[in-house]
Amino acid sequence: MRILRLATILACLIGASPAQAVQPNEMLADTGLEARARDLSAELRCMVCQNQSIDDSDATLARDIRVLIRQRIVKGESNTQIRDFLVSRYGDFILLKPPFKPETLLLWFGAPLVLALGALWIVLGRSRRPTAAPALSAEEEARLAAIQRGE
Amino acid sequence: MIVEIGHYALTLALALALIQAIVPLWGARLRDESLGAVATPAALGQFAAVAASFAALVYAHLDSDFSVANVAENSHSAMPTIYKISGVWGNHEGSMLLWVLILAAFGALVAAFGRGLPAMLRANVLAVQGLISIAFLLFILMTSNPFARLDPAPFEGHDLNPVLQDLGLAIHPPMLYLGYVGFSIVFSFAAAALIEGRIDAAWARFVRPFALVAWCFLTLGIAMGSYWAYYTLGWGGFWFWDPVENASLMPWLAGTAFVHSVAVMEKRDALKVWTIFLAILAFSFSLLGTFLVRSGVLTSVHAFASDPQRGVFILLILALFIGGSLILFALRAPLLRQGGLFAPISREGALVLNNLFLTTTCAGVFLGTLYPLALEQFTGEKITVGAPFFNLTCGVLLLILCFLVPIGQSLAWKRGDLHGVAQRLTLAALIGLASAVALAAITEGGPVLAPIAAGLALYIVIGSLSELAARIWRPGLSAGVLVARARALPLSAWGGALAHIGVGVTLLGLAASAFGSEVIATTRMGEARHVGPYEVTMDSVTSRAGPNYQDLVAKATIRSDGIVVASIEPAKRSFTTRQMTTSQAGIATLWFGQIYAAIGDQGPDGSIAVRLYWKPLVTLIWLGACIMALGGGLCLADRRLRFGAPAPARARPPIGAPATS
Repeated sequence: MRILRLATILACLIGASPAQAVQPNEMLADTGLEARARDLSAELRCMVCQNQSIDDSDATLARDIRVLIRQRIVKGESNTQIRDFLVSRYGDFILLKPPFKPETLLLWFGAPLVLALGALWIVLGRSRRPTAAPALSAEEEARLAAIQRGE
Repeated sequence: MIVEIGHYALTLALALALIQAIVPLWGARLRDESLGAVATPAALGQFAAVAASFAALVYAHLDSDFSVANVAENSHSAMPTIYKISGVWGNHEGSMLLWVLILAAFGALVAAFGRGLPAMLRANVLAVQGLISIAFLLFILMTSNPFARLDPAPFEGHDLNPVLQDLGLAIHPPMLYLGYVGFSIVFSFAAAALIEGRIDAAWARFVRPFALVAWCFLTLGIAMGSYWAYYTLGWGGFWFWDPVENASLMPWLAGTAFVHSVAVMEKRDALKVWTIFLAILAFSFSLLGTFLVRSGVLTSVHAFASDPQRGVFILLILALFIGGSLILFALRAPLLRQGGLFAPISREGALVLNNLFLTTTCAGVFLGTLYPLALEQFTGEKITVGAPFFNLTCGVLLLILCFLVPIGQSLAWKRGDLHGVAQRLTLAALIGLASAVALAAITEGGPVLAPIAAGLALYIVIGSLSELAARIWRPGLSAGVLVARARALPLSAWGGALAHIGVGVTLLGLAASAFGSEVIATTRMGEARHVGPYEVTMDSVTSRAGPNYQDLVAKATIRSDGIVVASIEPAKRSFTTRQMTTSQAGIATLWFGQIYAAIGDQGPDGSIAVRLYWKPLVTLIWLGACIMALGGGLCLADRRLRFGAPAPARARPPIGAPATS
């Protein structure tokens, strides 16, 4: 199945000159600012790829956003400001980590809910189950007696 | 002509699959064992027919017969032979044929070596396997014919997708499919048990080898795919939590839960209903993965088969098999008698907890993968669920599970002694805790989760080893007796411990990735760059011609304190036919870590953009997976699991009697 993933990444390349993930010439001289840019890039999705961050993507669109982030960082904007700007422009789709909101509650709490329900089910199942083997019914007793008598 | 024979053989296979499915099921209704026996030759015949069909397609690819559309679209006469062969499954139609081949092969395995199975069970297993074959053979014949001809035939092929021209394609998909499709036989066993309304420890003993084979291959297949992506993509990522990967992870999680719960069932005759459910779940996720990947629902830029007709067809298969088996489950499961009682603190209890965490993780992956699709369907809103989400939810769940692994392994069956286990694991826990604290102190201000994960990894490895030691070592015994005791330990005990050690090793590799370093810089020839404990010097950049591509190769030398330790040749490969470029990373393995280099564009002054990474202990990630699979293999080699072993066939106890080992 990995083939398909790779093929998708290739699809990002089609039509674009083979740009690559973060290039030296895009990077900022100030290491502190650059580190911020890298951290931000890792949280943002390359819009034309499959679940790849723009930091890792080879697509030209990813490159444009990387450059844009760095321009805004240099201008002195905070990470939140830049993220908000990108979300206003591209929607939540660009965030690799979906935001908390009513529509995503089930997504965020789905797994813990399954865990809790599963645990509950196990506990209830145990308490319902007899801890010793059930006693024989009257009919079984009769059959057992019959067998013992050698019938 | 051979191509037409291949096509015909596929049709023949469909006919045989129909016989394989319908006659035994009819026989089961009439309680006629002779009708059930028809399944065996039908399954063998079906496998032979599919194998012939597959061989014909391989032949067409090797022969570069461009009058076959599949060959023309995915091959090139100048391609090396190995890629001509692997190109057979490097496309939708061919990979589907491989899928069906493996499906038929597992059926044939049961038919050929299943003499020890009760006749009715074997007939029903083969019938269900035949039903799956029918569905997928129909799918291939109706929507994805690999033998379609082109007229006029082109003189040259379009070449195989460049990224796929790699040894990875030769190994990864067959392994992954062996895993995916291997769970089909587990599913068939579950369905057969439900049809009969009878399930016991013997059933678990029959199904366990198949589940282990499938699990081992799936583990290796996923690891291989991960390593392939790592060295191909040019920046050293190895897991992306993207839907296609998740599609392979879900059956793995469900399958891992299954091989654990089936062990409980075999030993203690407990967890029957749950084990059956997991069997259905594991294969359902395999089917779901097939659907997600081939239907085009995931993404619009998918390069693989986005034909809506195919999507609807697979969705039908999906609904039929998952829905059908769940209905069967709902009807029959209440009839299955629960056996084997156990205290909450026991090996069984620990395995229940293991199952809870694995299935919850599986549910988390499932939600994260499908939620965006569902949300877009219902509200039109598009969101992305990426790595940060999965790391936070599934990652944490798996870490908790890792903490429980050695504890569960050390608990006794029926009623365990938590206090004794704590004593046995004290050493492992102390070493783990000490390393975590030490690592956190050394890398102060660094990543938080990584030292915890590293400590946990050591705790698992040492905990598994000390569990083995506790079973072998007794004070005052001579070396010879200890060796004898070690040899007397069942192979499955070694296998289980080894698989858990593998988990620890992989976890250690993952934790270490947080301590890597990277340099991204434009570099002149002769200029040295420090990365991690090494320095890398670029020596030259040259051009080199391959059979169907052109390489731009950089030569670089890696030194440690001025001494040359390795040289690497990262390259950029341009394929002429498809006008595409791929990155060929230069990788040097130094102990368990790797220096990873990828090159970018060349500047006018002869300098070149280089991405250099130091990835400490990175190979442990895949090595751990290999150890896990090896552990699974050891369990498989255990005497009592040897499938179709001749001895028990004669003196088999009546079905329903407790299994003897």
